[in-house]
Amino acid sequence: MLTEETGPGHPTNGGPANGTGSTLRTGGNLVQLISPEGERVHRPEFDVWIKDLGDEQLLALYEDMVVIRRIDKEATALQRQGELALWPPLLGQEASQIGSVRALRDDDFIFPSYRESGVAYCRGARLTEIVRTWRGNALYGWDPHRIKMATPQIVIGSQTLHAAGYGMGILNDGSDNVTITYFGDGATSQGDVNESLVFAASFQAPVVFFCQNNHWAISEPVTVQSHIQLADRAVGFGIPSMRVDGNDVLAVMAATRIALDRARKGGGPTFIEAVTYRMGPHTTADDPTRYRDPNELEDWAAKDPIKRLRTLLEAKGALTEEQIAAVDRKADQVGADLRNSCITLPDPQPMDVFEHVYSTPNSWIERQKDHYSRYLASFSGSGAGGSGSGLAEGTQEGGVR
Amino acid sequence: MSQLTFARAINAGLRKALENDPKVVLLGEDIGMLGGVFRVTDGLQKDFGKHRVVDTPLAESGIVGTAVGLAYRGYRPVCEIQFDGFVYPAFDQIVSQVAKLHYRTMGSVKMPITIRIPFGGGIGSPEHHSESPEAYFTHTSGLRVISVSNPQDAYTMIQQAIASDDPVVYFEPKRRYHDKGEVDEAADISTALSMERARVVTEGKDVTLVTYGPLVKTARDAALAAKDEGVSVEVIDLRSLAPVDFPVIEASVRKTGRLVITHEAGQYGGLGAEIAASITERCFYYLEEAPVRITGFDVPYPYSRLEMHHLPDLDRILDGVDRALGRPNSLSGLEG
Repeated sequence: MLTEETGPGHPTNGGPANGTGSTLRTGGNLVQLISPEGERVHRPEFDVWIKDLGDEQLLALYEDMVVIRRIDKEATALQRQGELALWPPLLGQEASQIGSVRALRDDDFIFPSYRESGVAYCRGARLTEIVRTWRGNALYGWDPHRIKMATPQIVIGSQTLHAAGYGMGILNDGSDNVTITYFGDGATSQGDVNESLVFAASFQAPVVFFCQNNHWAISEPVTVQSHIQLADRAVGFGIPSMRVDGNDVLAVMAATRIALDRARKGGGPTFIEAVTYRMGPHTTADDPTRYRDPNELEDWAAKDPIKRLRTLLEAKGALTEEQIAAVDRKADQVGADLRNSCITLPDPQPMDVFEHVYSTPNSWIERQKDHYSRYLASFSGSGAGGSGSGLAEGTQEGGVR
Repeated sequence: MSQLTFARAINAGLRKALENDPKVVLLGEDIGMLGGVFRVTDGLQKDFGKHRVVDTPLAESGIVGTAVGLAYRGYRPVCEIQFDGFVYPAFDQIVSQVAKLHYRTMGSVKMPITIRIPFGGGIGSPEHHSESPEAYFTHTSGLRVISVSNPQDAYTMIQQAIASDDPVVYFEPKRRYHDKGEVDEAADISTALSMERARVVTEGKDVTLVTYGPLVKTARDAALAAKDEGVSVEVIDLRSLAPVDFPVIEASVRKTGRLVITHEAGQYGGLGAEIAASITERCFYYLEEAPVRITGFDVPYPYSRLEMHHLPDLDRILDGVDRALGRPNSLSGLEG
């Protein structure tokens, strides 16, 4: 049986938690293949799913994690400098994102929340597409059909229902595609997430429910959301679940591969709880010092996902100083590219506000568009959206951006 | 041509859509074996299979949310919401996802989803079964909202809604489900009147009476009664509630100079308010009297033994016509 049996957790009965209120009991059931100290932990039933990964593949996973951490760092800096309006950091969740996305096939569709920038990067989203939503230059990042990944979902948990429906479509098509949806511990309280589990179970849809339990929903610890471990919730829906160390890229990849394989073979949905930690704020607008014990941060820093893979690779002699430097250089280059492409993004034009509301012309919108265009033209006499119009430009600067 | 009830006409339209496009799927509660609580989907699961006509778990947000996922996958889902008052659990998915995904993705992702909602009162039901929630949806950019008033339109417009690449909320007047009418099942939806167009259903020259859905029949009856008193009422069936086909109303009001709008939904912030305001803006100098609204009251839908006081009927509409004509009426002498 591949499904990990998880014992009932209880937030008040102690266990080897960190002594804070944010951690549900973590028993010995957590799937971990690399210890926080960087030692390989052998679990035959999971090892078999990653036995094809040689040093080269492990190095690639290391590089992915370093690069997305660098993207995160650059984007956070851009926000602090006023170039982005907001940014939701992924710091600490690199292994959860990389281990899962790198287990997918290119034609498997992803329904993310708003924090999966690392997933998007691996999927081939352009750097500008990752940040322009947060700069306010567009509501969306990328063309979902091009990279087989929906745009960031801001309404908590909505995307899980989209995944369940997409999975129903896969079944209708008779395809062996799988869809994966990302959501957090807070989202598990949403009706939509619970409904999506009902739908996916009812139709045995090929969906991987990938829950990144990063322990915090803005200021609310996971214990506010649940009195049992989140993975245990799936049992009530008749969905097999696994609870994995979300800071262990190998454990995440093994679990995701197990879930994907089950779904491809007609075995229906799987729920994965990746136990990780949001090292940064919820977004750049948040201040975690108001609600979080600094000791907790220190504990989780010791479980860093990148450090442990690096230690493992170094111990194997599979990661030289030169290779580390090369990865860092690549990450710095990506960071520089992100910055340059972000700050040179062209501003949208005032009349863009009316575009794409409908796929075909709509008489009401067309009328408003016409009227606003006349209004803008009234300042310049040179037509809508034309340059040289003081107020039109002011609108663009102040209103759109 | 065949004589069909309203419900059978929608059924025939759904059947045609299922036949013509393998990507059309129906989702809803009790729509399979039972054929829906109003039998609108009767026999469709038997003929098209459980994967095309899907009995879903009892979760409205789930119905609409999974339709979004199916649309991502290239399907054209048709959701049935069992009753008007049960649509609210799906409100978030409709407003924040269905309506906005095309805009959010700058046209990359289309949401060709049809949401069928039986609406309106007059059938003696308990709470939550008689509501008119259309204004919530007409206020939501990104949705097209339509309502049908006769079997022929029901048949063609359900197909037009399904064929639309934009999401369409399709309001079915449930108290008319058993009304019969001529339906041309050979009608071509691409040459039929567009679902965005209003239609003048009774021509007249003295007063313009605008309505939609269940009250079109009542309005036509009112026009007939007014004729006996020598008043010529022009009745317009809006058909499309968002966008409203204003040129048709404008042309009529320029002719009559008088406007009455009637709907079952409450008055405050309703469709009648928008039409009164827009027509006043556009036809101010043609109006002989202020526009008149005859609507349901701004109360929760009352218990069924009171509903006939709540619903605009022929006499209340005629009272409104008198107001629009400046003739003696129930409010004569009142100021403001």
